[in-house]
Amino acid sequence: MEHVVIIGNGIAGITAARHIRKRSDNRITIISSETEFFFARTALMYVYMGHMRFEDIMPYEKDFWSKNRLDLIQDHVQTVNFEDKKLILAQGSPVFYDKLILATGSKYNKFGWKGQDLGGVQGLYSKKDLDLMEQNTRGIKNAVIVGGGLIGVEVAEMLASRNIQSTFLIREKTFWGNALPKEDGDFVTAHLTRHGGIKLLFEEELEEVIGNEEMRVKAVKTKSGDIIDCEFLALTAGVHPNVDFLRESKLEIEKGILVSADLSTNIENVYAIGDCAQIKEPLENRMSIEPVWYTARMMGEAVAQTICGKNTEYKPGHWFNSAKFFDLEYQTYGRVWNELKDDEDEFVWKNTEDERLLHFVFHKKSHVLHGVNSFGIRLRHEIFDHWLSEKKTIEETLENLKTANFDPEFFKTYEKEIIKSFNEKFSANIRLKKKVWWRKVLRA
Amino acid sequence: MSQTINYSIAGEKTQNLNAKQKIGLTLAAVAFFLVILTWVFGVTLNPSWLFMVLILFGFGFGAFFYGWGSYEDVPKGIKNNGVFFNSLTNRGALGWIAAIILTLFYICLYWYGDWFGDGTGEKGTNEGLVSLFDPLSQVFRGEVADKWFVYGTFYSIAILFLGIKFIMKYRHSRYHLIRTISLIIVQLLFAYSIPYILEGLNYNMAEGAGYYSTNISNIWPLNSDFLTGSRIDAKLASPHQPVGLAILVWGVFAFVILTPVLGYFVGKRWYCSWVCGCGGLAETAGDPFRHLSDKSKKAWKFERFSVHSVMVFVLLMTVAVMYSYFSQSEFKLEAYLPGNWNYIALFTILGLGLTMFTVFYFNSSSRSRNKLLIASGIIVFLGIMMGIALVTGRDDAFVIESTKIKKAYGFLIGAIFSGIIGVGFYPLMGNRVWCRFGCPMAGYLGIIQRFKSRFRITTNGGQCISCGNCSTYCEQGIDVRWYAQRGQNIVRASCVGCGICSSVCPRGVLKLENGPEKERINDNPILIGHDGAPRLR
Repeated sequence: MEHVVIIGNGIAGITAARHIRKRSDNRITIISSETEFFFARTALMYVYMGHMRFEDIMPYEKDFWSKNRLDLIQDHVQTVNFEDKKLILAQGSPVFYDKLILATGSKYNKFGWKGQDLGGVQGLYSKKDLDLMEQNTRGIKNAVIVGGGLIGVEVAEMLASRNIQSTFLIREKTFWGNALPKEDGDFVTAHLTRHGGIKLLFEEELEEVIGNEEMRVKAVKTKSGDIIDCEFLALTAGVHPNVDFLRESKLEIEKGILVSADLSTNIENVYAIGDCAQIKEPLENRMSIEPVWYTARMMGEAVAQTICGKNTEYKPGHWFNSAKFFDLEYQTYGRVWNELKDDEDEFVWKNTEDERLLHFVFHKKSHVLHGVNSFGIRLRHEIFDHWLSEKKTIEETLENLKTANFDPEFFKTYEKEIIKSFNEKFSANIRLKKKVWWRKVLRA
Repeated sequence: MSQTINYSIAGEKTQNLNAKQKIGLTLAAVAFFLVILTWVFGVTLNPSWLFMVLILFGFGFGAFFYGWGSYEDVPKGIKNNGVFFNSLTNRGALGWIAAIILTLFYICLYWYGDWFGDGTGEKGTNEGLVSLFDPLSQVFRGEVADKWFVYGTFYSIAILFLGIKFIMKYRHSRYHLIRTISLIIVQLLFAYSIPYILEGLNYNMAEGAGYYSTNISNIWPLNSDFLTGSRIDAKLASPHQPVGLAILVWGVFAFVILTPVLGYFVGKRWYCSWVCGCGGLAETAGDPFRHLSDKSKKAWKFERFSVHSVMVFVLLMTVAVMYSYFSQSEFKLEAYLPGNWNYIALFTILGLGLTMFTVFYFNSSSRSRNKLLIASGIIVFLGIMMGIALVTGRDDAFVIESTKIKKAYGFLIGAIFSGIIGVGFYPLMGNRVWCRFGCPMAGYLGIIQRFKSRFRITTNGGQCISCGNCSTYCEQGIDVRWYAQRGQNIVRASCVGCGICSSVCPRGVLKLENGPEKERINDNPILIGHDGAPRLR
């Protein structure tokens, strides 16, 4: 029986622990200084907004951990002694491991702005950040958010729920410009401005943070020289791996902990998963670091296999992701880059009034589907995953769109409009097929 | 234990009411004042119709204006901001007060009708609250009101106006729009107007012919009295024809054929969140309290025990009263079913139930199907007891007098469970306590939904982020997330198919749908997205 120690109780570490438990009788210890129990990081915003209490965002009941013999230690790992396989903790006695999984997550970026450590200036990543934000935003009226990405929108939505106005400083020309094509970014911008109290400034960056006598933020100065008054400044310009406490060791680290295809590091019996891992040779169309819930979960699944004796490479399938921008739901399957590649063509359909947009990208010659961005319409993951694997064309995709729809029953459907629009734009003549039970499509 | 911060102080937003919200609250407060005046202080107001209109429209339009003010300026979407900061919806002081007032209302309704002024005046005329409803009652049924008429009117007004508020709140969803309209129509027509109009036309409660319920949306076993001897006689009484016989035929059809067939095709939801009056109130008036249901495994265990116990109790009670009814020499059904055919009918119904459960058992491959054997066992037991009684020539099937069983049910289940805990405790225990822990119809439909149905909630591949909105807002206390985060379909007996989990999901993960039974229950799912993804088991 080996002792597997996991540093970090986020989705990566917990998924690994659950799968190791199912496959082995190993002793499993999970160490985290953040909270006693695992919680859904993505749901922190809902606690602030009063949709849920903190205990509601914890996916497992408290007896789950003892029942599954997962030992939890709430403590901070200060250093790792890889030679002796020993972890030095801030408070408790050292912990020895046979196998170590590093799942330490990320930290939010600070780019060395003047005044970035003033009171009322923070990012949003951890439970501690949430508690701090609660205190920092009490009774205030105005906030500035640096960075137009997913966390930035979350923060804006949180603030809006408390009637706090926010101004976005966005480096790119369009919203979430490093991920969304211009058309999609503008579509999200239009939705955000529908909600009162949100202002977006594009091609604008933070120059410095101006404090008052109490060393709290009172305004920010932008690169173009404007001064914007605010009582709260959210730093949401991305995250970076939380690996600083490991830098002095012989563990190979670049931006993140370098891992091979099976998520092993350069040190034997040490693995890294989730946000903190940097894949040495990323697969085609993938990044070396992907700080996303889903990839963290899949890495946890994969590393558990390896640890239990079945060497398994981390092979994420087709890219997928989702988000919600205020009331606008977003799902993506396959790859829709922010700019079309040379061999790619696109088909965009939108209904501005109902706030629906579908953005398909496909190969120019073969018409094979590369990916889809969907706003306001839910699409079935299994079906798109299947179509991407089968290299279906855009025409086949659109013809069968009814089957791939995942909206609730009775919702207005747009497939006819979409097909018509495609036929006009590409002078094609495709016809909408009847909806069939989706599992039949998978079997065909 | 991680530090818990009290987030409530910052919820200032709820303290800033807009003009429409103020109008709404004012109207409701005036109506509330009039109710207290006439109920607690027994004041009789004149002209009664004017004050009745003030009360009904005060509550109704109060809710309407409050909803309008709350939702008009916010874009379509989920409106749960501050739910856990609000005293009313987070078991704060307002929640407790509301629960206490509602509970007192139910206690008076069941046991102290006098307090409402029900027949307390000279020569049995009405006073106080009930007297205000005399004119409306005259219009519907040509006689003065009683406490049940008042209650029914309040109930219908609540479903109508809070239903409209619910529609405004969830106006982005056509599923909620359609099912709420269905609930409102069923309540206003089938549960309220038509029965009272039929009563006015002397189709039930005719002189000396007995009473029976003409609410066709109230189906056995929820309508536990449906097969009681006196009610069968009333349905067959000649002044009540052809309505009475039609209701009898409809009622038998509804529980023998309609319920299992619809349950098979669309699940329990066709009844619980589209038709039923209890469900109607829960979905409309109870919506602000849906997150208060207990999500623990303990509660789930208790639920399975209690809801099925009540169901078995109703079955037992019905068999007992029917047996007693048949074993006495004279009864109206003889006109239709001579001699021993009655016993044959009774045994046939039991036989049908037995066949149903055993067929489900052999058709089902899920691990919990053994419970169906227990159900079959209960029916066999009932049959044997009845057989013994028949052979020994007793009037009662289970040694105890059937009227005693009925009385116990009326007090424990009818009044305390469905009324006081079921509705009075909305602000404390959530809006579906009765539906989840008590309702025999829910038990019956639940077995169909769990073992032989096309309904399920599908999880959208690997998109779940375990946020917990679905579980939190599940009024039936189902830990939806537990399934969703493993990529598993949700197939649970208790799910009433309200569709809120799907609405509140921020990642578009859940979809209520009907489809082939094959692969409906996937005990060991793959979370897709990961090539060669490992399964948990």
